[in-house]
Amino acid sequence: MDIKREDLLQLYYYLKLTRRLEDRVTSLYHQGKILGGAWTSNGTEAVSVGYGCALERNDIAAPYFRDMGVFLIRGITAKRIMAQYFGKKTGVTGGKEGNVHIGDLNFGVFGFPSHLADNYPVGTGAALAFKIRGEKRVAVACTGDGGTSRGDFHEAMNFAAARKLPIVFICNNNQYAYSTPLRLQMAIKDISERARAYGMPSKIVDGNNVVAVYTAAKEAYDIARNGGGPTFIECKTMRMHGHSEHDSAKYVPRELLEEWKKKDPILNMEKYLLENNHAKKNDIDGIDSRVKNEIEEAETFAIESAYPESEDGMKGLYATPIVGE
Amino acid sequence: MKEITYLEAIKEALDEEMSRDASVFILGEDVGVYGGAFRVTEGFFDKYGEWRVLDTPLAESGFTGAAIGAALVGMRPVVEMQFADFISCAFDQLVNVAAKNHYRWGAATPIVVRAPYGGNIHGGAFHSQCIEGFFYNVPGLKIVAPATAYDAKGLLKAAIRDNDPVIYCEHKYLYRRIKDSIPEEDYVVPIGKARIALDGKDVSIITYGAMVHTALEAATVLKDNGVSCEILDLRTILPLDKKSILDTVKKTNKVIVLHEQTKTGGVGAEVSALISEHCFDYLDGPIIRVAAPDTPVPYSAQMEEAFIPQAKDVISAVEKLIRY
Repeated sequence: MDIKREDLLQLYYYLKLTRRLEDRVTSLYHQGKILGGAWTSNGTEAVSVGYGCALERNDIAAPYFRDMGVFLIRGITAKRIMAQYFGKKTGVTGGKEGNVHIGDLNFGVFGFPSHLADNYPVGTGAALAFKIRGEKRVAVACTGDGGTSRGDFHEAMNFAAARKLPIVFICNNNQYAYSTPLRLQMAIKDISERARAYGMPSKIVDGNNVVAVYTAAKEAYDIARNGGGPTFIECKTMRMHGHSEHDSAKYVPRELLEEWKKKDPILNMEKYLLENNHAKKNDIDGIDSRVKNEIEEAETFAIESAYPESEDGMKGLYATPIVGE
Repeated sequence: MKEITYLEAIKEALDEEMSRDASVFILGEDVGVYGGAFRVTEGFFDKYGEWRVLDTPLAESGFTGAAIGAALVGMRPVVEMQFADFISCAFDQLVNVAAKNHYRWGAATPIVVRAPYGGNIHGGAFHSQCIEGFFYNVPGLKIVAPATAYDAKGLLKAAIRDNDPVIYCEHKYLYRRIKDSIPEEDYVVPIGKARIALDGKDVSIITYGAMVHTALEAATVLKDNGVSCEILDLRTILPLDKKSILDTVKKTNKVIVLHEQTKTGGVGAEVSALISEHCFDYLDGPIIRVAAPDTPVPYSAQMEEAFIPQAKDVISAVEKLIRY
């Protein structure tokens, strides 16, 4: 697949934006400045950036919590996301939700429920609606390796395959479900084998190669958009931080981290751009400083934003409030 | 006006809403060619096609989640649980996704989950349960439970047009046993409004679903004994119509709460607490709950009859209360 230079640079930009945003969140977390926990996609950013950038404007993403790239790509700004971490009124959910529990239908992003793989059936429902209405749109749903053990993963995969729905299922296989390694989660080597049980084509891609993820996703979206049904894409990668930032992840062998450190998706992409003359050093530096400014502005915006009023917590339960209540 | 059964009322509501609005569709097990386990969607497959009357794999969480996703992009799905009992498999999607979407991130989730519930049909522990209690502690859901054919139609239409997730408890025992005269023209019964099923002055029986008919049976006997019962049919059980509950208590000063659901932590407990909090001074006696005992639903006829509250149980509760 031929990818335009501007699209390649965009992939790089979103990798950097995701990394820097989450690095900053990590620092703020350790300084005790944000509320609650901090889950990041550190080391696995190429997954959400790759499949996110390959979407069309009208498509729907049903992400999970290591999908920061998708939120940003869809148009949810770093400012709103940073404010979300601070529990501010200007946050994506106005303080009702925190951190990565982000969703905004204006940008075609379904909210993330913590119960992993829940968004597999929900994303499937969007695809079902597209099929019923005859629209040329696709949905994409993502979960981690851990989520593939849950019933919702299997129920959605089976339903989508049986009805040939326009959805692509992504798995961010980062090798650990919290502290539990793959070998204790399943007896198979490749998660993609699970797709075979549902008669669904699957693909294994290098989850640290954003171009590979982007290409695989784009091809799968094309198939789905043209009536060819769902595809499962297993992105093999490595979670470089703990499950969340409170977790030192001592259970992960150091050698494993050392090995994957060399495959960092951002350095990977930088090298690819330079070696193939898609970018020069000053293009890279330009993107870096743009990202740096954006995150600084986002933090300032979040800090300066107002907190919600405590009574705001009593609002918005129903979309159709009961008359007379 | 025309006379139709409770089941026909459900069917008419679905048919009319599907004709009126192309975004309404049905999904569930065996709802298509077969027409559903209780034949509610019989004929729909031919009329609306396989994509609007959709047979799903046997996977309640999966298809309920799919209904939620379809609703988020503008559809109005009606999920049929083959038996309400199987809704437990979809608990997570209803409780953590559907119920919380609007509050958490502002997204309306207009789904209706039809739950054929209740006993008295010798269905045993897995085909007879009242499931409203499972969801009673879940803000964000609405739960309705019609007792009449008129309300069955009007509440289902209201549920489909509502922008929130609604669990529609349809009592299997009533399907073909009760009839009502209903208007030819379109109507809805608003969610959140109880109705006086019988006007009275001595004691209030607060109930819903099939138990409304048990209460009416008891009230007929009690009337001959000189006791005038008022029956409040809640119709919507989440959220409760507080005003109607408090109004009937203020009128009669004596309250029985009657339900087929098991007793502990049920709707009756909530209604009782509400009355104690808001109009304790109006009470002339204790609030008495008449409810199923805290066991699974037994199969054998003798045991099931003892399990489900009967008119005689209501009568003895009223007679006890009236002596205060």
